[in-house]
Amino acid sequence: MKKIYNRILSIVGNVITVRAQGIAYEELAEVKTKRGRSLAQVIKLDKDLVSLQVFLGARGISTADEVRFLGRSMKVVFSHNMLGRIFNGSGLPLDKGPSIEGKLIEIKGPSVNPAKRIIPRHMIRTNIPMIDVFNSLVESQKLPIFSVSGEPYNELLARIALQAEVDIIILGGIGLRYDQYLFFRRVLEEGGALSRSVLFIHTASDPIVEGIMVPDLSLAVAESFALEGRRVLVLLTDMTNFCDALKEIAITMEQVPSNRGYPGDLYSQLAARYEKAVDFEGAGSITILAVTTMPGDDVTHPIPDNTGYITEGQFYLRGGRIEPFGSLSRLKQLVNDKTRPDHRAIMDGMIQLYAKYKETEEKRAMGFRMSRWDEKLIKYGEMFEREMMDLAVNIPLEKALDNGWRILKSCFLPQETGLRSELIDKFWPQ
Amino acid sequence: MKDKEGIILGINGNMITVEFSGSVSQNEVGYVILPQERLMSEVIRIRGQIAYMQVFEDTRGIKVGDKVEFTSQMLAVELGPGLLSRIYDGLQNPLEIIASQYGFFLKRGVSLGALDEEKKWHFTPLVKEGDRIGAGEYLGWVAEGIFKHYIMLPFNFAGRYKVIKIGPEADYKIKDTVAVVEDKNSKAYEVKMVFRWPVKIPVKAYKERLAPSEPLVTRVRIIDTFFPVAKGGTYCIPGPFGAGKTVLQQITSRYAEVDVVVIAACGERAGEVVETLREFPKIPDPRTGKTLMERTIIICNTSSMPVAAREASVYTAATLAEYYRQMGLDVLLLADSTSRWAQAMREVSGRLEEIPGEEAYPAYLESHIAEFYERAGRVRLPGGNLASLTIGGTVSPAGGNFEEPVTQATLKVVGAFHGLSRERANARRFPSIDPLESWSRYESFIAEDKRLFAHNTLKEGNSVAQMMKVVGEEGTSLEDFVMYLKSEFLDSVYLQQNAFDPVDAQTPRDRQEYVFDKVWEVLKKRFSFTSKDEARIFFYSLRQLFIDWNYLAWQSEEFKKQESKIDKFLKEGNEKDI
Repeated sequence: MKKIYNRILSIVGNVITVRAQGIAYEELAEVKTKRGRSLAQVIKLDKDLVSLQVFLGARGISTADEVRFLGRSMKVVFSHNMLGRIFNGSGLPLDKGPSIEGKLIEIKGPSVNPAKRIIPRHMIRTNIPMIDVFNSLVESQKLPIFSVSGEPYNELLARIALQAEVDIIILGGIGLRYDQYLFFRRVLEEGGALSRSVLFIHTASDPIVEGIMVPDLSLAVAESFALEGRRVLVLLTDMTNFCDALKEIAITMEQVPSNRGYPGDLYSQLAARYEKAVDFEGAGSITILAVTTMPGDDVTHPIPDNTGYITEGQFYLRGGRIEPFGSLSRLKQLVNDKTRPDHRAIMDGMIQLYAKYKETEEKRAMGFRMSRWDEKLIKYGEMFEREMMDLAVNIPLEKALDNGWRILKSCFLPQETGLRSELIDKFWPQ
Repeated sequence: MKDKEGIILGINGNMITVEFSGSVSQNEVGYVILPQERLMSEVIRIRGQIAYMQVFEDTRGIKVGDKVEFTSQMLAVELGPGLLSRIYDGLQNPLEIIASQYGFFLKRGVSLGALDEEKKWHFTPLVKEGDRIGAGEYLGWVAEGIFKHYIMLPFNFAGRYKVIKIGPEADYKIKDTVAVVEDKNSKAYEVKMVFRWPVKIPVKAYKERLAPSEPLVTRVRIIDTFFPVAKGGTYCIPGPFGAGKTVLQQITSRYAEVDVVVIAACGERAGEVVETLREFPKIPDPRTGKTLMERTIIICNTSSMPVAAREASVYTAATLAEYYRQMGLDVLLLADSTSRWAQAMREVSGRLEEIPGEEAYPAYLESHIAEFYERAGRVRLPGGNLASLTIGGTVSPAGGNFEEPVTQATLKVVGAFHGLSRERANARRFPSIDPLESWSRYESFIAEDKRLFAHNTLKEGNSVAQMMKVVGEEGTSLEDFVMYLKSEFLDSVYLQQNAFDPVDAQTPRDRQEYVFDKVWEVLKKRFSFTSKDEARIFFYSLRQLFIDWNYLAWQSEEFKKQESKIDKFLKEGNEKDI
């Protein structure tokens, strides 16, 4: 029989303190309040003073409310019946379906032994040229989509979810607007992908602590599927809300903030989640795509900055297009040598020329006369934007490469492209 | 002696507060005793009878009242034959062996011996009974891969010792006694092939430290020619994410002309280590014919592994590197990234509720960074032979802004600065070392006047480019425009290097000298063009010829053929000949 405590000493933010003994760090407790029951987790032990963060928030909690310790840490049920289902940030069904029976698995489990990791080797085709040609997505990769509010990042995420060749999709929504949640559900349903998906949804109106749990729940379930040999794609949106929730808790706990109020361990916290991306030798894999909206469109803000250092590249989504500058898939080199011999050259060459086009654009905007070379660049830049960058372009990689050569030919002489002669001999359209 | 014990009073993240009886020392290691596991931790502050300890593992499930066992030892590593080609975590646990015993995940509380205690090594003695020796002097050697691994008198033996017994040439296990020595009070000590050394104490068993004067060839052209590194020197690579820090480190770890490379993957992505881990056993080392793995040690404490062990990992790496330096080898330590290490210090400092300095980093940040880089050096060993430890660290400045505390503290103490620029990375100009901002205090093997001339071309070309943005191409004189084209040419064919091409990724010293001369001739040459378009086409064609040249094997037939093509083109300047 677990002991019940009904004297709450302090309530600060979402953190309550009780006096109790024999409590383990990160143990779960249940708080019974007038508003109902809520889970809470031990986040600090100081002699017999136990601090807990309450998942449903501390609003309305009375000092006489009951706290019952459960003698275990946070776990989530794992079962194949989860497919097609929607859960909240406490892991409870949100879709009015029956509760799930299955084995309880630990969340935030130990990290994968680096010696057991293998070099990623499978490209995930998306039929989006800006991804497939210029920044190929690779199985087991972790990539954020850096964007700003108002950009169609959730639409992009949904399109990748439908088109990417994977077995299971886990969608973790953190601080979603309710209509965004409905959008994802509808798109996955209509695209016929819901039956291979599990959704963990925390909406903006839900308690903030539940938002923190969403990535952990999503990744724990993803890990179990991957260990069974499935290729899992985890989509998280929006990780900025996750970081802001961490900040809120840290400030409540009176931690010394490091940068713009964010806790000093923001990097480690994010890494603990993103590093769950893995390709298990002899089993499945986890690939993570996570939206990070940049506050004030500032990539040096602590959230995108720390994220960028952890992830294997990033996509910038701006003006409804994936930006060629800055966008980078760090793992593309592992797969784009196996596609077609001209893949890398087209990738680098076209971007270098596009960078020159951008310089010329600047000159033109300032009213300078355009040289013959500038005019070539302008023609090229416009074609590139129209036939490669536009997100509406939906073609396989090989077709996109052919288009690349065609664009180059219609704008330049071979030696103006800076491409190696042997490739030009082979691929320059006649 | 009975083990000292403590009782846990509080837990906050990876920090525990422990009440102890008797005495404990700063940085002493203790173990949290749980029913199933023993969690290693380190004392980082003592107040009265309360010790604050950082736990090197996840603290989930620890309770107030749990026991802590103290060891009276500081955090130490095992030094002995068999370290090369291994992969360890920050506390020197062998990760491949843990993987083979425990599977995919890093189980908490698992700690295994760093070295194989069963393996036999063929020991050849170098001293005889009656000889007098001191710490770091050689008792004998065993063959470890391609090296003579010297068995030394352990570094903590102060003063002179008399060898009273030395094992004959035979096979020994690392824990067998190979020698017995006695101090001046005739107290005898057994010496084994393995001993422990505390990681936070630099090894100083050498006669003197020398100035780093000999170049360390990395085979990266922009580094060796413009911003060289010296053996025994230090350098840092700060850069925003995506600028290619890690690729640059990987290239260096492959091609740098040193004997041993220690890679400290500190708080970075696990995937990056994996590339090294899986590729190195397959890549032949051009200098020895064996695989690269045989000269490499990887210390791997990636970002999702416990943060306290991350703090320890750079010291572990430095200690192993120093150990091999003591054998007369040139060792290169690559730390990626020192910012993660600094952040680990910051996390610990925050939990200790220390008064924060800039950006909440602790006030001792600078001195810790300086101490770390000062472990590098070129030294004369007790036997008179020279050896060096070179340290290169990447820095990951927040927001790519070099004004932040870790970059600034690092710049104060290193000998070369390879600043990576986001603009160059975005324009796919790799390696993205900024040629205008970077510097080095070491000497290049390229003649100083030629190097300066080339560097000036870059500066002038850059100012023309800046000016052209304002006045446009038509407002630029033909002379200035040619200067701009020359600097772009130098950038494209010499500064940029394709890290993924087997030939272009590594340019040995003699090829650099050769190609640089040819590039320099172009830069020096006066051209008479009639129009900017003519100049542009000329330089673009020339660039094409040089880029193709870079991809051809050094001194091969094709290489020479391409060279004569270039010579001809330079002479005639006639585009139709290509």
